[in-house]
Amino acid sequence: MKWVPLGLVRYTVCLGGLSVFFFLLCILTGPFLMLYYVPDVNRAHADVMDIMQVVPFGSFVRNVHRWAACLMIVCVPAHMTRVFLQAAYKPPRQLNWLVGITLLILTYLMCFTGYMLPWDQEAYWGATIGATMAENSPFLGAKGPFSVLPPDKDIHYIMLGGTVLDQPTLSRFFFAHCIAIPGALAGLMGFHFFNIHRAGGMSGPL
Amino acid sequence: MTEKIVEEGPVTTGDKEKLRLLTVVRGETLRNRDIYERPPGYELFFPNFVMKELCVGLAFLIIIFVWAYFKDSPLYELSNPAETPSHIKAAWYFVGLQELLAYFDPYLAGAIIPSMILAGLYLIPFIDPDPVKGIGRFAFKERKFAIGCFLGGVAMWYGLLLVGWFFRGPYWSFYWPWEDQSVVKATEVALWSFPLSAGIAFLVCYGTLVLILPAVIFQNFFFRLGLIRYLITFNLFAVMCFVPIKIFLRSAFSVKYILVTPWFNI
Ligand code: HEM
Repeated sequence: MKWVPLGLVRYTVCLGGLSVFFFLLCILTGPFLMLYYVPDVNRAHADVMDIMQVVPFGSFVRNVHRWAACLMIVCVPAHMTRVFLQAAYKPPRQLNWLVGITLLILTYLMCFTGYMLPWDQEAYWGATIGATMAENSPFLGAKGPFSVLPPDKDIHYIMLGGTVLDQPTLSRFFFAHCIAIPGALAGLMGFHFFNIHRAGGMSGPL
Repeated sequence: MTEKIVEEGPVTTGDKEKLRLLTVVRGETLRNRDIYERPPGYELFFPNFVMKELCVGLAFLIIIFVWAYFKDSPLYELSNPAETPSHIKAAWYFVGLQELLAYFDPYLAGAIIPSMILAGLYLIPFIDPDPVKGIGRFAFKERKFAIGCFLGGVAMWYGLLLVGWFFRGPYWSFYWPWEDQSVVKATEVALWSFPLSAGIAFLVCYGTLVLILPAVIFQNFFFRLGLIRYLITFNLFAVMCFVPIKIFLRSAFSVKYILVTPWFNI
């Protein structure tokens, strides 16, 4: 039996809870998109086109997936801001703050990788910006300052699976977006909630 | 459990009604009765609290459904590596970083600055010297510096995002809202960089100012933080404040780099 103070739900409308909610919506709609989407550079764009125009309810499901993701990327930083403003990172909740920042990073990565999957101009060139930044990282990128790694071993190569955006890039972004990152997110979220419980509940009204 | 069974004999209510009162139970009605002892001012996490959150979720579900019904998520033409569009914009949540690219080299905008942001976020619980102040409430007055820095950073992130999203047109040129973004601007502003000595002098002065001045002026604060935490805090602070400074120098005085070296430029 777990008791929580009355009036916990207030005007910051439980942003953490909403993040979970939007995540679940994405998890529910994602697999349906997966049924019609093949991560093949020759097909991906046409598949998304089909989802939008041919598949029954396809556009609706894709839209829900997209807009829920957008709301999630609004909610998670807002939740972090709430946590900071209520000093909920102070003892005994430091660990949960660290878990939270990791969740924040994973959420952004989720969006970055998902944005790429339709393989349209916007996705391609958007991802190119990200790839350029990776390529220019100090030490780790082949073109950055103090680069030590050759272009076929640097972080840019690892990210793209090659030196340019192509099939290997799409394959690994697909894997990251549909398996690796959501898995990590779900696991860490569980740990996040366990930590709230362990800290003796919430620090104050939301 | 508060109810008590009152032991009284069976009561008949007359011959016509075939009812017999067996016992009288004194206590609250079922509706008001808690099966478990309830601490005053508390409610059950499940189902009471979870239901409230679900109601908020439901409201958003309706919003999302309406939104998804009326507004299609965009899908542009098939990617074409051979044709760089004039108007590349990252997804809106990354446009802040992309906007930084207009002022900083990619290694700064894409690697160093984001890493510093994340490192700073991770370090927050360890560089805040006060373990108790303001937990669970909005204590703006008592945590001026902490909250000021945090909200300053958040404001900068979203400020850059808004500028990048609304004020940048083709080739990332700056457009006022009343300017037509379909007209490509030929704005190759001549940029200049500080000479090496001036650059070093500028950065040394800046570093000294940000790293030493607070320790001198706010001595209590310095001693409460301790040297290591102080240095970490104000290095992060220096980086954060450097961003708007560079943006200002670039926009107002067309400064390309403050420091030019053979290895990297700042
Ligand atoms: C995918 C992202 C995240 C999800 C789904 C999530 C979920 C939640 C939920 C449901 C709660 C309960 C309280 C509330 O609803 O506000 C919570 C609390 C908390 N979260 Fe998150 N969170 C996420 C990201 C973050 C981030 C980015 C941070 C901060 C760095 C963070 C730090 C915390 C802390 C410290 C608490 C305890 C708050 C307190 O005791 O007042 N979380 N989180």
